[in-house]
Amino acid sequence: MADTPQAVLDERLKEISPLRRALIRPELGGIIGTIAVFTFFALLAYDSGMFNAQGVMNWSTVSAQFMIIAVGACLLMIAGEFDLSVGSMIGFAGMMIAIFGVTLGWPMWIAILITFAICTAFGALNGYIVVRTGLPSFIVTLATLFILRGFTIFIPQTVERKTIIGGIREAAEGDWLAPVFGGKILTGLFQWFGDIGLIDTFTRGNREGQPVVDGIPMLIVWAIVLIVFGHLLLTRTRFGNWIFAAGGDAQAARYAGVPVNTVKIAMFMFTAFCATVFAVCQVMEFGSAGADRGLLKEFEAIIAVVIGGALLTGGYGSVIGAALGALIFGVVQQGLFFANVESSLFRVFLGVILLLAVILNTYIRRLITGER
Amino acid sequence: MVAVADGHGDDLKYILVSHAPDSDSWWNTIKNGIALAGEQMDVSVEYRNPPTGDLADMARIIEQAAASQPDGIITTLADFDVLSGPIRAAVDQGIDVIIMNSGTPEQVRDVGALMFVGQPEYDAGLAAGLRAKGDGVGSFVCVNHVISNTVVAERCRGFADGLGVELGDSMIDSGQDPAEIKNRVTAYLTANPETDAILTLGPTSADPTILAVKDMGLDGDIYFGTFDLGTEIVNGIKDGTINWGIDQQPFLQAYLPVVVLTNYDRYGVLPGNNINSGPGFVTKDALGKVEEFAGEFR
Repeated sequence: MADTPQAVLDERLKEISPLRRALIRPELGGIIGTIAVFTFFALLAYDSGMFNAQGVMNWSTVSAQFMIIAVGACLLMIAGEFDLSVGSMIGFAGMMIAIFGVTLGWPMWIAILITFAICTAFGALNGYIVVRTGLPSFIVTLATLFILRGFTIFIPQTVERKTIIGGIREAAEGDWLAPVFGGKILTGLFQWFGDIGLIDTFTRGNREGQPVVDGIPMLIVWAIVLIVFGHLLLTRTRFGNWIFAAGGDAQAARYAGVPVNTVKIAMFMFTAFCATVFAVCQVMEFGSAGADRGLLKEFEAIIAVVIGGALLTGGYGSVIGAALGALIFGVVQQGLFFANVESSLFRVFLGVILLLAVILNTYIRRLITGER
Repeated sequence: MVAVADGHGDDLKYILVSHAPDSDSWWNTIKNGIALAGEQMDVSVEYRNPPTGDLADMARIIEQAAASQPDGIITTLADFDVLSGPIRAAVDQGIDVIIMNSGTPEQVRDVGALMFVGQPEYDAGLAAGLRAKGDGVGSFVCVNHVISNTVVAERCRGFADGLGVELGDSMIDSGQDPAEIKNRVTAYLTANPETDAILTLGPTSADPTILAVKDMGLDGDIYFGTFDLGTEIVNGIKDGTINWGIDQQPFLQAYLPVVVLTNYDRYGVLPGNNINSGPGFVTKDALGKVEEFAGEFR
């Protein structure tokens, strides 16, 4: 009687072997790529300064920048849409903070909050136009790309007669919200690392004796927070299922009761939010906003997401994969310099990696799912 | 762009970081200058730039250059707010820094750099303005193709001050696309027919402006001055379309810092002042050598 356990199993449940389960994960390509890239540079650039404290901080910071915008782009892409206005949004958000905080002299926390409000509103507008008109998001956000870039040049030209506005660091001094974006954490720990000789210290100037890397910038903290948030949202919540459903087959999802339009608009807003986080961290760190900030960053976000295994057609992907894609992108971009490769060849290398990643991901997926 | 040291056995390595996007051809002369200096001084040299001209990316490149522990960094100071932090950090680690091309003497002192090699932009614009005033110019249009670079706009301001007129709406944002530049200049000159002079800020804006001026039949008629040299500009000077070109000698801006740093590292010798590589006015009279090396070393 008890020798036919299969009979009591639900026919919709199917055993999947652990190997197959591992292979089916979208982040597999990202994991393989990360290992390959680190092995490559460990062999080629091990003594070039790439793996000293300063070098690690350098590529970590650049990767963290990519990660912040990749998390937003990833969730949006899984929901079946694109946002090409990310780069312009970065320049625009930075400029808004400069206008509110420096030109108008408002307290920095108000400037930051209003900028977040304006930018996520632009994200919502992107989403609203896309779901209302049914136009491809590629076209809608391409329009936003130009609109925002135009404002970013026009507004400071009109009010300040220049296109770079400085003085943000000074304006942010003593503010309670600004350090959340521009500060550093664990400074005591790094000072101790410097004291015991684990990290090089400055040899002259008014920072003599301080470690060359004096803490973890909030940019990196934001990247980690956003990755964890995005990953949990996508894999542990009902809303996460809605995102997959909206990107997989929007009509089927609607029949199943998924509020597809709301999901898509929310993801456009989240993408804009991520771009604004990037922008605020940037202006707080560098102290100025420029009209040419963020050029082509939208493609860098998409590249990171695609290397990370997401599908351009939506419905498939992972935040962890996108984060690994961003890490690969950052490490390759910075690492080729340390490895002494002519900088113009960076693009060739990047293109090859992108192509290999997409081919590998597609191949694995077809192998597993049996689709053709 | 790597010349490997041999013979001296001191393996000196210098990195030049510029703010120029890949599309800016003017910087080709800089690449030639630093390559030749590396060859002649027998040191390793590298050229790095942010591909899109994003200055925040440039700050990361300077941090990256510092992490690789070179003997010296040569960099522009296109935006003090963004770049002063990374440059100062490099100086404090014991890396010698020379600022080239963009920056003011005060800023250069402030970041702790050894010296500045370049053309003080406002002064160059002022000199050009005074010259144009002497030639009877009263109004002008400044064609700015790098509106995001405040330092370059100083040339227009200096020129206006030299003429003794308000800059006002005389500066137009032309963008970088040749066809757009040509159309905007044509549109401006059509709308403002009383304009006496044109000032362009480099080959990017000068080349299409030459075409615009010729198309409108204004060549030789309208007063035309430009910053920087290139093949088209030299031809323009030769055929009388352009009155003069201001050469800030980018070759020297790349070449001299390498020579200065090498001698400083090898023998401890250092010039006592900043080096002005420009302005030098290039007119029809002195075109021989200029023509031969335009776009390469000039």
